[in-house]
Amino acid sequence: MFHDLFTTPGKGRKLPKSIPVTLSTRIRLARNLREFPFPGRAETSQKRAVLTKCMDALSDVKGLNDSFSVEVDDLSELDRQILVEKHLISPELSQVEEGSGIVLSEDRNCCIMINEEDHLRIQVLRPGLDFGSVWKLADALDTGIESAISYAYDGELGFLTACPTNLGTGMRASVMMHLPGLVMSKNMDKVINAVNQLGIAVRGLFGEGSDANGSIFQISNQQTLGESEPAIIERLDSTLNNIVRQENFAREKLLQDDGVRLMDKMSRAVGNLKTCYLMQSSEAMDCLSLVRLASDFGMLPEKYRNLADRMFIEVQPGHVQLSAGKPVEAGFRDSLRAELLRKEFLRAPQIDPSPAAG
Amino acid sequence: MKCHHCDKQATVHLTQILNGQMHKMDLCEACAQEKGVTNPENLSIGNLMEQDGAEVDSVSGSMVCETCGTTHQEFKKGGRLGCEACYHVFRPVLDPLLDGMHAGVRHQGKVPAGSKSRVDFEQSIGLVRKELQEAVEREDFEKAAELRDKLHDMENEAKTIA
Repeated sequence: MFHDLFTTPGKGRKLPKSIPVTLSTRIRLARNLREFPFPGRAETSQKRAVLTKCMDALSDVKGLNDSFSVEVDDLSELDRQILVEKHLISPELSQVEEGSGIVLSEDRNCCIMINEEDHLRIQVLRPGLDFGSVWKLADALDTGIESAISYAYDGELGFLTACPTNLGTGMRASVMMHLPGLVMSKNMDKVINAVNQLGIAVRGLFGEGSDANGSIFQISNQQTLGESEPAIIERLDSTLNNIVRQENFAREKLLQDDGVRLMDKMSRAVGNLKTCYLMQSSEAMDCLSLVRLASDFGMLPEKYRNLADRMFIEVQPGHVQLSAGKPVEAGFRDSLRAELLRKEFLRAPQIDPSPAAG
Repeated sequence: MKCHHCDKQATVHLTQILNGQMHKMDLCEACAQEKGVTNPENLSIGNLMEQDGAEVDSVSGSMVCETCGTTHQEFKKGGRLGCEACYHVFRPVLDPLLDGMHAGVRHQGKVPAGSKSRVDFEQSIGLVRKELQEAVEREDFEKAAELRDKLHDMENEAKTIA
């Protein structure tokens, strides 16, 4: 099954090391083929023709050797859900009926969606904050694909996309950020308003319209036309660095003003994870968020940040069912989720209050 | 830079923050006068855009893309275009939208290598066409015949590139 790919690590695949505040960096390029209507307007036969053409072209592209290709129709509900929870495909693509596909690179850092809103959505993902290498890879993949496929492109408007909000570069650069300090100090709305003025969007964990579970936010450029890719990235990067500073400032202030309350929260979160017998995914996300925060403060060993990042994904409903090996109804999922967390946090130490004193 | 309303050179450049969004508009002297831009007291890009919208609406009501069948109504409702050709058909209603949506209205980013050769080729065809016209004007018919054949070959080749 397709999701077996994720239970066995690929060759040469290193376990990502997580860093405070920034979880992952992603760049997505929207591209369309010339002479085919965009997917939203296409007949099934036209979508099929695009799918075949893209799949053929992609298999020869450098960087996609040994990649896995699959049509969305051939995936079970659960497989699709797993891919959404891993942020490899969009919730929209997982709902598509016919003529759509996915190409996933061997190292799982690149995932190309075919016939989502646009013919091609080229995505590159990396842990941490790393626009340099992510853009280099996305750019190279795009150039490789373009040598086999003629893109819909206009000298004045750039790459033509189904939605004019993606026009020009077709690029959405984004970072997944963990911002519990700004959320707890009730400063997140201010930050959202301020960055919106700069043409930068803030969304929840699973994109448009989703909640910011576990204080995790997706921050991305809103504007795609009128600036070059490096200029967009530079502007976003400097805003993100500013948000990191604000977040660190908020954390320090919380610790200074009411450190006992904050430590109580973090310590109880660890306790919950160690002792729970039923846990919903939203509660799990909040506890994991506090574990990550404690690790950032140096109150828990570094490896608990890595564990929190892994668990952010594994506590999602699809992943709980994947480890159960079958679809499971919600109530029983809460019990399976609790069992997983109890096992993973069994040896978690008490939080160490000394960094707060220093 | 061209005027937002006509093709004349724009000399008046407006920038205004409206509902937290930056809007820019470039106008020529005459259009600026006509829109009352010279009176800063009651100036609002929002009003200018609304007027624009109203004017555009009367022409665009029946707009439809012949290539894919997308109508202006559908675009207004769903915000999605149907194909490459839509960008030509709906350009008049799209331009004011792009202005408010993006940092600029001209692509500054990556140019795909394939399109680059296509654009270059179209430019060189243009040059030969001009040479041919010049040859005809100075009655150098031998040269003109040669250029005509060359142009014919290039145009055929262009079809294969496209």
